[in-house]
Amino acid sequence: MAEVVLRDFGWRHAGRRSWAVRGVDLHIRHGERVLLLGPSGAGKSTLLAALAGLLPEDSGEAEGTVEIDGLDPRKAHDGVGLLFQDPQTQLVMARSGDDVAFGLENRGVPAGEIWPRVSDALDRVGFPYPITRATSALSGGEQQRLALAGVLALRPGLVLLDEPTANLDPAGGDLIREAVARARDRDSTLIVVEHRVAEALPLIDRVVVLAPGGGVAADGAPEVVFAGHGPSLAGQGVWVPGYPLPRHPAAAAPGDDLVRAHSAAFRHRLSAASMTARAGEALAVTGPNGAGKSTLALMLGGLLAPTTGRIDVPGEAKPPHRWRAAHLTSRIGSVFQTAEHQFVTSRVADELALGPRRLRRSPAQVAATVDDLLARLRLTALAEANPYTLSGGEARRLSVATALATAPRLLVLDEPTFGQDRRTWIELVALLAALRDEGHGIVAVTHDDAFVTSLADRVHHLGPTPAPGPLPRRRP
Amino acid sequence: MTLALEPVADPTAPLARRNPVAKLGAALLFSMPLIATLDPLTPAIALAVELCTLPFFGVRLGVLARRAWPLTLAAAGILVTMVLFAADRTGSHLLSVGPFDITTGVVAGALGLVLRVFAVALPGIIVFATTDPTDLADALVQNVKAPARFAIGALAAFRLIPLLTEEWQMLTMARRARGIDAGRNPLAKLRLFASTAFALLVGALRRGGRLATAMDARGFDSTTPRTYARRQHFTKADAALVVGAGVLGAAALTTSILAGVFNPILG
Repeated sequence: MAEVVLRDFGWRHAGRRSWAVRGVDLHIRHGERVLLLGPSGAGKSTLLAALAGLLPEDSGEAEGTVEIDGLDPRKAHDGVGLLFQDPQTQLVMARSGDDVAFGLENRGVPAGEIWPRVSDALDRVGFPYPITRATSALSGGEQQRLALAGVLALRPGLVLLDEPTANLDPAGGDLIREAVARARDRDSTLIVVEHRVAEALPLIDRVVVLAPGGGVAADGAPEVVFAGHGPSLAGQGVWVPGYPLPRHPAAAAPGDDLVRAHSAAFRHRLSAASMTARAGEALAVTGPNGAGKSTLALMLGGLLAPTTGRIDVPGEAKPPHRWRAAHLTSRIGSVFQTAEHQFVTSRVADELALGPRRLRRSPAQVAATVDDLLARLRLTALAEANPYTLSGGEARRLSVATALATAPRLLVLDEPTFGQDRRTWIELVALLAALRDEGHGIVAVTHDDAFVTSLADRVHHLGPTPAPGPLPRRRP
Repeated sequence: MTLALEPVADPTAPLARRNPVAKLGAALLFSMPLIATLDPLTPAIALAVELCTLPFFGVRLGVLARRAWPLTLAAAGILVTMVLFAADRTGSHLLSVGPFDITTGVVAGALGLVLRVFAVALPGIIVFATTDPTDLADALVQNVKAPARFAIGALAAFRLIPLLTEEWQMLTMARRARGIDAGRNPLAKLRLFASTAFALLVGALRRGGRLATAMDARGFDSTTPRTYARRQHFTKADAALVVGAGVLGAAALTTSILAGVFNPILG
């Protein structure tokens, strides 16, 4: 049972000049299921944090009011459950059942009621394992399912989901959507933040769109909102269903071989794979979780030595993992799934200058490369910014730009479109297509079918590595 | 790098089943007298007692040896240091290694220290080898009223430690991908190590912050008194374990006093 009322609500984090969210008037009735949309930076996550009572009064400046059943969210806390993006940093305990029980213990639920409620919550989300199952042995989707059970066990009147599938592969995302669909009931109000509208649509009956400058841009039934605002939402980066994506077929036939894998394998992570990456060709590496796609990308990128088999580069005596790092960057550029892992300086411009400097390019050449890349990837305005403060899309563009700074002929990317909004996605695919047409080789590990359709000239599918034994069932 | 965190013992063994806090208390009580003396007899007796209790903890000697191998490094270090630098070179002369005279006094001193290292550390190793971290946190909160904020918080942080290994490998490879390596230059190696460690620390803090927020969102910051899903009981058998450990520790010390070898660390 929860009703949410916001009147001209705004929040500014301490020490920030601009408001994270502002001028929001909203009335969500009991039992409604709302999809909250808006471009990056419109304040969706801040709004959820406010509703969950996670914005302490001394951590910023508030405007207007926000009430849950007439109470300040900081006091209504017990009636609100929030599911975050990253399952790794939500699980507290080593055993699955203990983790669900954690919230119940905190709320002082009598010991006798705890285990029946744990069992009930696990059933609601369709958790298939015994309660003693180690949380570290679960896949990302299963962990997120468990975290959802932990939220539901508290029987919150208001359930908040903050991009619950953003850190999951498609199979994991399906697990969560199925669990939310199973678990929803008429007794709780639901607010979901999710970029991928098509996937959230079956779960919701109302759409609220936050405007980038503050306030609510649109509010109503999904069909009505998308009929009226579809194009502008798509333009802002929201994944509105029914808007086609551009396709980028190769203009010319592929050129020479850039790197080859000969039965390259890595113990427990990748069974023997043989493949070739060629100039002027975009190659997608696909396959289920655990097939070793990322491991293969690290090997092709000269960052990991295969345990058996070999990797070679035509014209080079040694395999790439034996090269000096600076030389490696001039031949093969790697872009990691987590962009922040690759940032080593405190300024965007320095990040771009680092590679060319280590190759001992002249200061004039370095400056020219930096300016060119800043302009090309629309980062000029951010040249002085700290890379860690960038948004997801900006960080992704910067990580691609750093790999390009040393002008390698081959670019190896791990899940480049993961978690990106529609606008960044389109830009990124267009950039990779342009690089391919300039004669670069592109290898991308991906789960994203749209990316494969839009860009890939060839697909290398990795089969699953031999699976461990059958998994135990929670109930016979 | 693997972390020796999981219990490795037979959980049904009579002493392994005891309350974690009782085991921890017993280990402390038993080791304490050993710190009071420098003679080799007390730790030798203690070590013998510890090895005798192993079967009751369900710990096999091989498993213990694998857990305790870093101790052998410490022991070797002590042995070398003592032989080279011990000030006390009394007793009869045994042999000379280069400029160093090895005497019975040196050997006794070194042996005493090595035995102490093993005797003091083994009880702790046995406790952690037979105790599930969750049970320990539960017992700390329920039986000795440790603040849950501390005990459960530490437990949650503990769960993130294995992720650090993976993160370290990722950061190292990411640096190589950026053109940063140290080659054979030891100074560059040190700098690279320091900068990677800093990045790891920053990442760990961010992750810890997110975990803390998620825990508070599930009511960890609530003022309602917590209830316990898993009960830990402190029984008479647990009390007996603590008392027994205290008595045995004192007995080892008394024996060395009666034998006339007691050598107090103070005075």
